Amino acid sequence: MKLLLGVGGSELSYQALTETLERVSETGDELTVAIFENGDIDADLETVQQRIQEHIDESGLEPPIRHVEGTSPGSELVNIAESEGFDRIVLGGGGRSPLGKIQLGPIVEFVLLNAQTPVTLIR
Amino acid sequence: MTRTYPDEPAEAFPQPPRTITDRKDRPIDVIPADDADTESLVEMYLDFDPADRAQGIPPVKEEAIREWLETILDGDCVNVVAKHDDTVAGHATLVPDNEDEHELAIFVLQAYQGAGIGTALVETLLGYGQTEGIDHVWLTVERWNDPAISLYEKVGFEISSAESFEIEMAIRL
Repeated sequence: MKLLLGVGGSELSYQALTETLERVSETGDELTVAIFENGDIDADLETVQQRIQEHIDESGLEPPIRHVEGTSPGSELVNIAESEGFDRIVLGGGGRSPLGKIQLGPIVEFVLLNAQTPVTLIR
Repeated sequence: MTRTYPDEPAEAFPQPPRTITDRKDRPIDVIPADDADTESLVEMYLDFDPADRAQGIPPVKEEAIREWLETILDGDCVNVVAKHDDTVAGHATLVPDNEDEHELAIFVLQAYQGAGIGTALVETLLGYGQTEGIDHVWLTVERWNDPAISLYEKVGFEISSAESFEIEMAIRL
């Protein structure tokens, strides 16, 4: 299966990266990591990229890494998945509010509503 | 996140403890949660219909309920409960976020819904919050939950964001 994992630099997105890498080393799925800029994250793109690389190096896998361009990462992820024949989009998300309500950010929400492929939300 | 609040602060809300008569003629005491027994609150959440959960809370399993209650009954949170005799019929909470604003949630047991207890809980919670110096309160509510949205609007909340799955509402105290 061809997986497109979007990582934007939130803690939950790194968690999703780790879990997906573990899973892929068992299943042998074909993984592509797509880095996008998440407006809600303070870290700059370079720091995010570096952390992603560290996680990948630890896993021993060598998935291709690509950058999601443009101002609407959600829509671009959906485009990439559709135009390049990905079977599934994987995203981390669903953080909790101060009193414990699960909340989805705008990027995750866009992908869930608009993707033509199945979407896995890791939370 | 920058949140839009109403320009004008709300009026003074009633403070706990108070006793109201609900629409089914039951006497309901609305009191600070500190004065109530935590176990009776756990009981309420064990009886809670899972279909009435919102965005993952309250948790379903007892252990998770206890853990969650521990967080929201913490010293810097503000909590009131509605009691009918010895039964906790409802609970409302204000939990601080990182911006010195507070998130609000209310829960009313199924058998006590639609009787005005939710409104009394929210008003009394906000009154309690006012005495504690809380001035910015927000909440999220599922967009299909019309009864809850009208309750919050009646109390003085205004919609601050409707772009997401959930509607966000806010009030200035």
